[in-house]
Amino acid sequence: MAVPLSYSWRNLHTRRLTTGLTAAGMALVVFVFTATLMLAEGLRQTLVSTGSPGNAIALRKGSDTEVQSGLERLAASAMTTRPEIAIGGDGKALAAKETVVLIGLTKRATGKTSNVIIRGADRASMALRPQIRLFSGRLPRPGTPEIMVGKAVASGFKGVEIGQNLRFGKREWPIVGIFDAGSTGFSSEIWGDVEQIMPAFGRIAYSIVVAGLSEPSLFPAYKQAIEDDPRLQAEVWRETRYYEKQSDMMRKFLTILGISLTIIFSFGAMIGAMITMYSSVAGRVAEIGTLRALGFTRRSILTAFLLEAMLLGLLGGVAGVGLAAGLSFVSFSTTNFQTFSELAFKFSLTPWIVGAALLFSILMGVIGGFLPAVRAARMNIVEALRTA
Amino acid sequence: MLLLRLVFKNAFRHRLRSILTIVGITIALLAFGLLRTVLDAWNAGVSAASANRLVTRNAVSMTQPLPYAYKGRIRQASGVAIVAAGNWFGGVYLDEKNFFANFAVEAEDMFALYPELLVPPTEQKAFTMDRKGALIGRKLAERFHWRVGDTITLRGTIFPGQWPMTIRAIFKGARPDTDETVLYFHWSYLDETMKVRSPRRAGQAGFFMVGIADATRAAEISKEIDAFFFNSQAETLTETERAFQQGFVSMSEAILMAITAVSYVVILIMLAVAANTMAMSARERTGEFAVLKTLGFRAPTLGLMLLGESMLLSLSGAGLAVILLPSLAKGFTQNLAQFFPIFVVSSTTIGMALLFGVCVGICAAIVPALRVGSVRIAEAFRRIG
Repeated sequence: MAVPLSYSWRNLHTRRLTTGLTAAGMALVVFVFTATLMLAEGLRQTLVSTGSPGNAIALRKGSDTEVQSGLERLAASAMTTRPEIAIGGDGKALAAKETVVLIGLTKRATGKTSNVIIRGADRASMALRPQIRLFSGRLPRPGTPEIMVGKAVASGFKGVEIGQNLRFGKREWPIVGIFDAGSTGFSSEIWGDVEQIMPAFGRIAYSIVVAGLSEPSLFPAYKQAIEDDPRLQAEVWRETRYYEKQSDMMRKFLTILGISLTIIFSFGAMIGAMITMYSSVAGRVAEIGTLRALGFTRRSILTAFLLEAMLLGLLGGVAGVGLAAGLSFVSFSTTNFQTFSELAFKFSLTPWIVGAALLFSILMGVIGGFLPAVRAARMNIVEALRTA
Repeated sequence: MLLLRLVFKNAFRHRLRSILTIVGITIALLAFGLLRTVLDAWNAGVSAASANRLVTRNAVSMTQPLPYAYKGRIRQASGVAIVAAGNWFGGVYLDEKNFFANFAVEAEDMFALYPELLVPPTEQKAFTMDRKGALIGRKLAERFHWRVGDTITLRGTIFPGQWPMTIRAIFKGARPDTDETVLYFHWSYLDETMKVRSPRRAGQAGFFMVGIADATRAAEISKEIDAFFFNSQAETLTETERAFQQGFVSMSEAILMAITAVSYVVILIMLAVAANTMAMSARERTGEFAVLKTLGFRAPTLGLMLLGESMLLSLSGAGLAVILLPSLAKGFTQNLAQFFPIFVVSSTTIGMALLFGVCVGICAAIVPALRVGSVRIAEAFRRIG
């Protein structure tokens, strides 16, 4: 017969201070575990939602990011005139030749300089990114040096309010609008007219070509046509895959950092659980003897103590996840090593992260409580009763 | 004296529990020490910077080039001794996973600017003579098992194409914080090749390293250089090498802050473990303390006893951690060499670990000591278990 669950629960309740301290230690470990997973997930979600599945992006062969890429005018024009490309609302091909340059701006929070992407946008650029909509002000007029800034740039950097000017390339660039691109990478960009921005930086080549395909299934055909053309020297990616790739290095870094930290930390917490459970067993020797004398088997004693340890772990896990859930409202902004530019993203809590964190906390409890539970189960009835 | 013995005996009365507590504290402090060392490693470039070097780059951002012709103008600024052009090359060896820093530099000027790069004279000459030669750090050579005379090919990400070069020299760092995982090759190799492949991108330098004789004049000289190019197509920003490196570090500031925060979280975890042990041992001995009180021991003495026990445990843990930390860091170096070229445990880290050991010892004892001090004798005797 099994020892009732309430027995385990009430034991934890009786030793509130000890239970609380042990669970608090575990909660902190779970908090770190959950927070890093949330961060890596938020980064992935932001970059994945930046791309659209129907868009193809062409870069110079061998360049990993759009900042490094360069496509000559002739080559870029050839890429925007393929039959796979859809026709936009204006009756022209839904494809954009864009240029991407980094400029240094001063961060509001720290006063330090960080790199921000300034994108020279083409006629079709907005239509290709339906996530982008105007938040305040107005759109820049084509053919003028007017620019608009993403919401994350507007809130994170100094000197980028509507009516202010940026200065680069021997010119003033008036800011006329702020755009909202949701939680995508575009929110961390500044947009202007490509034909204005290229000469300002002395460029004669575009950075990328973005093509809206009339069917996402046409991607292989488009890719092959471009990559097989020896004049173009370009490589083509699905926009979703391209942006996901941009998060690889950071995500790997965050995940490795988070996992190795939590593994080390969890040893501390498991030792805490072990101390608590050992003392819980030691303080109840007579009680365990009585239970055994009443006919409870070794197995059910073992289960009861393991359950107690699991409950202890779960308590810590719930507290830790609850603490981490509060981070969902916090935005995180840092330089993406891969693109060398600033990217803002949110901590994102998904069901699988909650599941993983709770499982992890229970596991910590079980590992910490196993040896004490074995000790409790292996007690000799007579000797245990004698200590009373 | 007797009290001290009592403290010692009591601290190890539950041997298993005491050992577990000490191990817990040791692990937590080791984690703390490693995290601090990671932060130090991040800042290594800043601490390795020399006060006698300035960096001139494009004011718009680090990724924008400057005309090579600026070199002559910069040299005319008063107090400037040497100017060397350089480019972040961003080349990849076989696969992106094999990341290491590689720069195209003007070799002769660079040797004058960086006295901390120690190269045998014959190798230095061989490198200077061979335009397609490369100079690599000792750790980089170890990582890929490269030797002088080997030919390697980098794939350009910023400068397209394949770039074969021959390793002509291997340098050692004169100081422990010199980065020995870098590859340098000749700027002229880059420039000559770009002249052929895409002439518009030739004659451009990513940055200029400026050597000045008098470090105290750094600000003044920086202003003078930037004034030369004000309102030109490529305005410059000149800052000390330290500020330049700091710029890189502050880009990932959010991550650094998160790591710092986490390094204190681990101290809290440790506190929870230690406080738990002290609370348990005080509670179990309530009856004993009542006896001691009856014998005439005062509350402060009993509190001091608990504090002593707590300190004994936490300091044993801290001591163990401090002894193990350097060797653990060495083990990490082998795995993290590509991310953190410099990975050395600083004395500040060790000092902080010991300090936190003391703090935890004190904090863990506070609540139990207060309880023991305030409990009434009769009440304590009445309690069982």
